This record gives sequence, structure tokens and C-alpha cells, in this order.
Amino acid sequence: MTRKQRRLVLIGGSLGVLAVAVALMLNAFRDSIVFFNSPSDVLERHVGPGTRIRLGGLVKTGSLVRSDGLRVRFEVTDGKSELPVAYQGVLPDLFREGQGVVAEGALDGAGTFDADTILAKHDETYMPKEVADALKKSGHWKDEYAPGAVQPVSGANK
Amino acid sequence: MIAELGHYALMLALGVALIQSSMPVIGARSKDPLLMSMATPAALAHFAFIAISFLALAACYVTSDFSVLNVYENSNSQMPLIYRLSSLWGNHEGSMMLWVSILAVFGALVALFGNNLPATLKANALGVQAWIAAAFELFILITSNPFVRIANAPFEGRDLNPILQDPGLAFHPPLLYLGYVGFSITFSFAIAALLEGRIDAAFARWVRPWVLGAWMCLTLGIAGGSYWAYYELGWGGFWFWDPVENASLMPWLAGTALLHSALVMEKREALKVWTILLAILAFSLSLIGTFLVRSGVLTSVHAFATDPRRGIFILAILILFIGGALALYAWRAPLLKQGGLFAPISREGALVFNNLFLVCACATVFVGTLYPLALEALTGDKISVGPPFFNSTFGPLFIPLTIAMPFGPLLGWKRGDLVGAAQRLIVAAVLAAVALAGSFAISRGGPVLAPFGVGIAVFVMAGAVTDIVERTMVLRLPLHVSLRRAWGLPRSAWGTAFAHFGIGATLLGIVAVTAWGSERIAEVKPAQSLQIAGYQVTFDRVFNRAGPNYSDVVGHFTVRRSGQIIGVMEPSRRTFPARQMATTEAALMSRGVSQLYLSLGDPNQDGSVPVRLYFKPDVLLIWLGALFMFCGGALSLSDRRLRIGAPRPARFKAAKKPALQPAE
Repeated sequence: MTRKQRRLVLIGGSLGVLAVAVALMLNAFRDSIVFFNSPSDVLERHVGPGTRIRLGGLVKTGSLVRSDGLRVRFEVTDGKSELPVAYQGVLPDLFREGQGVVAEGALDGAGTFDADTILAKHDETYMPKEVADALKKSGHWKDEYAPGAVQPVSGANK
Repeated sequence: MIAELGHYALMLALGVALIQSSMPVIGARSKDPLLMSMATPAALAHFAFIAISFLALAACYVTSDFSVLNVYENSNSQMPLIYRLSSLWGNHEGSMMLWVSILAVFGALVALFGNNLPATLKANALGVQAWIAAAFELFILITSNPFVRIANAPFEGRDLNPILQDPGLAFHPPLLYLGYVGFSITFSFAIAALLEGRIDAAFARWVRPWVLGAWMCLTLGIAGGSYWAYYELGWGGFWFWDPVENASLMPWLAGTALLHSALVMEKREALKVWTILLAILAFSLSLIGTFLVRSGVLTSVHAFATDPRRGIFILAILILFIGGALALYAWRAPLLKQGGLFAPISREGALVFNNLFLVCACATVFVGTLYPLALEALTGDKISVGPPFFNSTFGPLFIPLTIAMPFGPLLGWKRGDLVGAAQRLIVAAVLAAVALAGSFAISRGGPVLAPFGVGIAVFVMAGAVTDIVERTMVLRLPLHVSLRRAWGLPRSAWGTAFAHFGIGATLLGIVAVTAWGSERIAEVKPAQSLQIAGYQVTFDRVFNRAGPNYSDVVGHFTVRRSGQIIGVMEPSRRTFPARQMATTEAALMSRGVSQLYLSLGDPNQDGSVPVRLYFKPDVLLIWLGALFMFCGGALSLSDRRLRIGAPRPARFKAAKKPALQPAE
């Protein structure tokens, strides 16, 4: 093989692998992307039953009901709209009423959001970014949600 | 006082870095030995000032000086010493300090041990190091100063995030950063080579230890982080395709590719231009990794630090370094001479194959991680790209790579014998087929692809052993001769075998635990039992236990197998009063390389507790494999020809005319 042919093999092979990689990615993008929605988004955009989404907002105070077999129901609110959520399993450590939450799953036929994954915020100063944005959008953002809202900061350096 | 000293030392370090970033580079251009010689003392002075600054911050943490805002926000006097120290890098400001400190240490090492380098290369490389250092120090001083004081010092700090209070996580960030910053050295050398427009095998010889060292630290860091997530987050997942994990995986993939291409460059003077590009990419991904994690631009379970104010500065640093480096590459790379012809089927060809797939796999991770950010910036839509995406892109790309892996070391340089290599791999292939059939028969159900995964994993491991067997001629020569041959083998050959074996082990663990793991999620009352994989786990009682800065609610469980008690498991709910936060402390019981995994929910009023019980078959192989890879790296690093104090072969090689020589 001449130098030129070798180079052609090399470049051809590289382009082939690259094409396969791109095809794999495009294919995966079609099936495995999950959109984030607030309860208002779900109602406004008419998200159909069975479509996998992430639902984010605050756990409505007083809405949490636990029943047998680790079944829980609660409502997620963004201040404007609410959506009932059903989940079976152990809730994350920081799941609390009045706090931010992200649930992944799909709507069932009756308008309940059937969650298979619940993510709560990770500590008391951190709120999921999407939830914070959704709350700001719906006008229900309060400054005490912000990280380190009450800080005794002073000093010339800041 | 100590904090001010640290702050002042940091400013001095910036000043020194500015000198180091300009004078030696100018000197290298104008061939002025005096200017070039400034690089070494400047790098050492820079190290001294950064060391003072870092130690000052560490002193503030150790003595719990809560008049320093950073200490107040992240530490607590009740914590044990190790966590007071590790909270230094458990936050944005402190982790940036750790970053520049490691950078300064590495800069000093290059300055001290780089005497065998060409003077201009050393001056330029140290100059580039100083550019990076100066950018980071400016970033710290302007936007993320850890030495800011509070006027009225509080009595107690706000504590380190409890889930970070763990020995595993105390060492995870330093290891990752050692890896990230290690790649900065190869980056500096690559830029220096581009500035000079000249590069040879000596360059690869010089850069490879740094790549190896960085890669080893990164491997261990990623594995440690994965094991931490496994036992600390309470649901036994070892890899989540979380953006933060991806951020460390991308430099690892690029670094692995770099490791292999540098080999070709060193032995055969080929792939020079490509190696330089990989060196730039590996560090660029490290930079992106550092900032993705620490800037909070990504929504992720790890997002501890959130401050968009720093975003612009970060973006500027990224554009300056990555854009600048790539522009310089586009401009200067055509000047580098190509050399070393090779046939497509050869060791070089195999390494090109490896590079191709690694880089493509890295690209899919990159797209999956950054696409949501780009989409949100462009359209405002928020999406999440989860495990299914990565499983269906990264997975298929990794399969050919692993199948080809055992062939590589058996092929000759320049022109290889594929049939011969395949013949030597027959034993490995048979073993793989047996493992495939065996796991197919035993599993009865489970994913159809899993037995194939086992087959590939066994093939990789057996292939690694085959390489050593072939080289030492065990069974064909008397044992003592074989042993002597084994001793005489280059350490790098052992390194290759160990690392490849490790990949196989990790793969085996991942496949087994994903396909054949089982779980029970239930509420149990005292004396009630759960059955899993032949084990009987009985809940006995709940009791309280106090720790240094937390209190535990512990569940006591007895584990039996065919009626025999084999141990107790004590998972707990740990409450940290300082942050009013609870964490789940899972209980693990190892059975061989498999594990029982038990975690506890909040106990109910009626005395029952929600539990998650998992059986994780072969799960420990995932991290044992990483240990093997680390050992492989260490063996390779100890190879004679890579020892830092052995300049002779490098010079000898460099003196020879490059390109178009017959091989050996």
C-alpha cells in the first residue's frame, strides 16, 4: 500500500466510526430525552398521558398522604397550578412539604402524575435550578429560597 | 491575621506568575538565556507563595476561625479534624485554591527535574503553566476570594454538607484535581511545542509520565467517587451519568486516548499532530470539568455551589485557553513533520483504532452532557438527558473497543499479523465462549445481552493474561526460565496487562450487577424477614447512637443463609443538628466480591421501618478493576525508560533523525 492509500484507509475508517457515533446519538436523542415542566406547563402544553417528563415545583404543604406498601401521594405546586403525584418507594432524605422537588415519570389517564423517580434538593441551601426558575416565572419566588439568603456578610473585600 | 497573610501571599503569587508567564517566553523567542533562566526560580517562588496561601487557609479551617466567611459557611468546630480539613475543598473557593496549589506543585516539579529538557521547551512550558496559574489566581482574587472576613464573627460554623462528611469523599476531590491538573502539564508542553514548531520522540518520553500519573489519579478519583455514591446515596447505584460524573469521565477518556497515542509517538514518531491535539483536548475537558462542577451551571445532584456571577469569568477563561490553544494548533500544527509509516493492521493501527473509539465515546458523553445547556440557552426548553441516552450511545462504541483490546498488544509494530494474533487468542476466546454459555445457562432470564457482556469481559481479562503468557512462554519453557523472563519483561508490558485486565474486571462487575442484581423495597416490623438471593434478613429492633457531630437511628438486622446466622447489618439514619439534615448510612455485607446492601428509611410510629435491600452480585469487581488499572499505570510509570532521572535514551533518540527509518 502506498502512503496515500494508507491515509485514505485511515481517514475513511475514522469518518465511518464518526458517522456511526453521530447516528447513535441522533437515534438516542429521539427516544431518551426528557423535558422539564412545571405544573402550569403541563396544563398549558397539554402534555399527553404516557409522555415521560420531569415535573418540578414545591411539595404543597399538607398534601402528603402515606399509605400501605410505601405508597405516597402528594401535590406539586408552582403557585399557579397543582398536580397530584403518586409514587411508590422510599422518599429521598430531603423530601419535605413546602420544599422543592423534581419527579420523573408520566401522566396516567386520570390526570395523576405517576412518578418512578423522586429527586429532592440536596441540602437546605440548594434548590433545583429548574424549580427555582419555574417559581420565578410564575411569580412565586421568595428570596429565602435562595442559597445563603441570610448571610452576615460585611467587610471591604466582597 | 493568618487569613490576611494568605490573601497577600496569593496576590504575590499572581505577581510572580505574571513574570513567569512573560519573561521566559520572550526569552525563548529572542534566544536570551538570561530571560529563559528566570522560569525556574519564578516557578519555585510561585510555589512558595501558593504554599503559604494554601497553608494559611488550611490553618483557618483547622483552628475553626469563623471570622473567615468561607470557614464559617463550610466548617464546624464539632467536626473531626479530617473533615475540617476536607471542608476546605468541599466548596467552590477552597477547591479553586486546591487547584492552583496542585498546579504550583507540578510547576515546581517541572522546574526542579526538567534540567534535561531543551532550554527553550522548558522556558515555554513553564511560561504556559504560569498563564494558567495567573488566570486561576485572578479568578480567585476577583470572584472567589476564600479569605473574606465577617465583621462580627459567629460562634459556630454552618457545617460541611453532611453527605460530604465521609472519608471517601475527603480524598475524592484531591485525586480528581491531581488528574485534571496533571493534564495541564501535558497541555503546557503541547503549547510549548507548538510555539517552537518542533517536536520529537523525546517530547513523548517527557510527557508520558505526566499523562500516566494524571490518568492514575483520575482513575482512582472516579472510582472513589463512584464507590462513595454507591454507599452514601442510599440506593446502591454506582454510576448515574450525572453531569458531574461525566465531567470527570470525559478527561479520563481523552487521557486514556492520549496515553496510547503518546506511546505511538514515542516508539514510532507517528501521530505527532494527533497527540498534540489530544493533549489540548484532555486539558480542555479538565477545565470544563472543573468549572461545570464548581460553577453550578448544571443542575445536578452534586450542585453544591451555585453562583452565576462567576459564569462570565469562567466562560472567558475557557474561551481564552481552549479557543486560543486550538487556534494556535490550527496555525502551527502543519509545521510539525509527520513520520513513521505503518500498515493499517499493526500495533500503531490498533492504537489508532483505540483512539478513534475512545474519542468518539468521549464525544457522545460531551454532547449528552452539554446539549441540555445549549438547548436551554437557545430555546429556553429544559430537558434532561439520562442514562438511556448514554447506554445506547456510549455502550455500542465501547463494545468494539473492548473486543479489539486483547489484539493490540499482540500485534507487531509497523506491520502486524492479525491471523497470528487471533491464533494466540484462541484460548481466551474459548474461555469467553464457555463463560458466555455458562452465564446463559445459569441466568435463566435477565437481559439477553448480559451473557455476551460477560463473554466480552472474560475475553478481555483472558486476553491480558495471554499477552503475559506469550511473552514469558509459560508451559513451553521450564518454569524457572519463564520466571526469569517474567522478571525481565519491561514493566510497561506488565502495566498494559494489568490495566487491560482491570477494564475486563470492571466490565464484568457492571454487567453482573446491572443484569442480575435484585432488590426488595418494603416496610418491615420487628421479627419480620425479607428473602433475597438465598439470604434471609430479619429486622430485630431500632436503637439510638450518638456520634461526634451527629446522632444515629440504627436498625439492627440479622442475616442468615440456610438457617445459619452469618452476621448483622446496621444501617442508620444520621441526623446532623448543625444543618438540620439527615443522611442515609447504608450497611454493606461483602460475600466474596458480591455484596448485600441495606438502607433504612424514616422509622414509622408503629415500630415498622421502610427498608431497601439489594443483592449486588460481583459489584466489588467494578472498583477492583479500577484498582488494577491504577496498578497498571504505576507499573508502567516505574518502567526504566520513563524514569524521570533517565535522560540518556531520550537524548539518544532525539539525536537520531526522525521519520522514515526502518524499524529496529
